[in-house]
Amino acid sequence: MTKEISLEHVWVEFGEFTAVHKANLNIAGGEFFSFLGPSGCGKTTLLRCISGFQEPTRGKVKIGGEDMRGVGPNKRPTALIFQNLALFPLRSIADNIAFPLEVRGVSKKNRRKRADELLELIALPGQGDKKVSELSGGQKQRVAIARALAVEPDILLLDEPLSALDLKLRQHMRTELRAIQKQVGLTFIYITHDQGEALTMSDRIAVMNKGKIEQIGDGKAIYDHPTTSFVASFVGENNVLDGTVLSNDGKVMQIDAGLGTPFAVENHPAGGPALAPGDACHLFVRPEALRLSKDESAINQFSTNFVTEEFEGNMRHIVMNASGKDLKLSLINDGTNAIEANAPVKLDFAPGMGIALKPGELASA
Amino acid sequence: MRDLFYDLVRRNGMAVSIYLMLAVSLWVFILIILPQLTMLDYSFRFNLPPAKIGGPEDVYTLEQYRYFFQGSGASDGLNTLDIGILFKTLLAAVFVTIFDLIICYPVAFVLAKSSTGAKARLLVLALIVPYWINEILRAFAFRILFGATGVINETGMGLGLWDTPIDFIRQDVALYAGLAYAYILLMIFPLYNAIESLDRNQIEAARDMGANWWQVHAKVVIPYAKPGIASGMTMVFMLTSGALAAPQILGGPSNLWFTQLVYQWFNSGGNWPRGSAYAMVLLIVCIALVLLVMRLFKVSIGEIKQ
Ligand SMILES: Nc1ncnc2c1ncn2[C@@H]1O[C@H](COP(=O)(O)OP(=O)(O)OP(=O)(O)O)[C@@H](O)[C@H]1O
Ligand SMILES: [Mg+2]
Repeated sequence: MTKEISLEHVWVEFGEFTAVHKANLNIAGGEFFSFLGPSGCGKTTLLRCISGFQEPTRGKVKIGGEDMRGVGPNKRPTALIFQNLALFPLRSIADNIAFPLEVRGVSKKNRRKRADELLELIALPGQGDKKVSELSGGQKQRVAIARALAVEPDILLLDEPLSALDLKLRQHMRTELRAIQKQVGLTFIYITHDQGEALTMSDRIAVMNKGKIEQIGDGKAIYDHPTTSFVASFVGENNVLDGTVLSNDGKVMQIDAGLGTPFAVENHPAGGPALAPGDACHLFVRPEALRLSKDESAINQFSTNFVTEEFEGNMRHIVMNASGKDLKLSLINDGTNAIEANAPVKLDFAPGMGIALKPGELASA
Repeated sequence: MRDLFYDLVRRNGMAVSIYLMLAVSLWVFILIILPQLTMLDYSFRFNLPPAKIGGPEDVYTLEQYRYFFQGSGASDGLNTLDIGILFKTLLAAVFVTIFDLIICYPVAFVLAKSSTGAKARLLVLALIVPYWINEILRAFAFRILFGATGVINETGMGLGLWDTPIDFIRQDVALYAGLAYAYILLMIFPLYNAIESLDRNQIEAARDMGANWWQVHAKVVIPYAKPGIASGMTMVFMLTSGALAAPQILGGPSNLWFTQLVYQWFNSGGNWPRGSAYAMVLLIVCIALVLLVMRLFKVSIGEIKQ
């Protein structure tokens, strides 16, 4: 069973401070939806609005079409997994998992049965009598998920549940979480400030900054066609150049970015608001979109000098300088991309790979 | 012990460590062990005039304990009066302890979980300030409060709730109120300490999983705070059953507290050995009761000190 969630003009204010700024969005039943944003941008606050720990100052939270105002967290069809998991240390694993059943007055026998089923699901069969302290980080994680699933909620809310785990385990748990979501078919709302996590797991992502939702879309849309400067600079690595729009024929813009000949940059229907000649803009080119010019007559070509290189095995992360501006460049280490340290190097990028947006706040590195 | 000493030396240096060890040992020995041992010794002796002390009649005896159980009657009837007073005292102390727990738990919870920095400090101060006043003065204040012309009777009658003054003193209401109030801080602080360290997310997680407020407390907060509850209850119970000032001042004329018996034997009775025996009986019964209750609720002494 899944339910749609909608936030309608949700504001949350703490005194003078606005933690959530007019959030509007719909999350379909069964979707894996992520909120991505830097620390303090209001992700947890928004999640608490959905779970019922925080009433919006204005606006509505609807679950399955029903307005949730005044409905307490214990009465909502949501289950929240806390950042620190909040397992009960004095209870056994099985009693932790069965807690939601216990408070609903389910008999001891049935509770145990359900707990065993769930232990099976999270691949910890027969471990119900262990103490919480006897489990590893990843196992605790799975117990927290099982506990949240015990009463078959419609929506699972996860607040950075993987942030305490080490990298290896985190990657492993990502796959497992996604598998569990597919298996039980619930709506997952997932909070993270790790973009890799958001991109790999989510059906759709909402990128937030300072309480505002900047963009909602699937991973590809967010990465390839960001609609604001913040999103372009926050998600993935990006080079940003200040530029001015010279012309725009609706398909291709000419942009002067102070690096010699103007650049041709395509408009994209899914991109940000259209720019008109004379507008200032931020021109974004991803490190992997920049390439070494093999051809003297390539379009969007400019001259650079080598600054430094960071070698990563399969990839080479190189910093080049173009007219005083450092640009990052990522090249596959296939032996064809030799760069001479002391001679000028020509770079170019395809018109479809540049993104021109209205100047806005950039994510701090 | 040796490890403890080496640990101290490593942290504080030799001189300080020796001083600390000596000071603590002396303190424990002179102020706690020695007086108790003396009392114990006294309780097994006859009450002799000074001249005969150390003489041939000064031998160990169970006479004082026998008196507690059988009284002066040579027959083997029970000393129902004194045993009755002991039970009444213990029962009243248990009642006061439970009453304190009931009123302190919500206060400690709010203090620990709902109030923030400055507000919490103010609340704590408000709780502590009344205890700057001497215990005896506080007891007298209660006597005035509950007296025939005290504030409570005046207000009650003024509001027309009752029309002749209620004798709160004779009915022991004043005594119970005074005792409950006397050691309230010793209940609040252990509870506060225990609840304070409970992760707030645990409470919210329980809420989120469908627990109502009652269940949150019964299934999450109280089990977690059990050591704090046990230590608060132990302290309040021990101090209440051993209280003297409040029963002296607030007790009704017909109602003796067991400590008053002890006091009488020492003081007006002039029978120190018997007073010692009575004090020992009280101490042992109280400790036994505390241990029994802790066993029933599966709390170990180790947990309490945490
Ligand atoms: N109860 C509160 N009272 C006042 N301000 C609050 C309260 N809760 C949150 N805030 C503020 O709201 C802002 C958003 O907080 P929130 O916890 O939602 O951030 P977040 O996006 O979850 O950050 P993080 O990634 O660090 O967890 C923060 O600036 C925080 O200080
Ligand atoms: Mg957060």
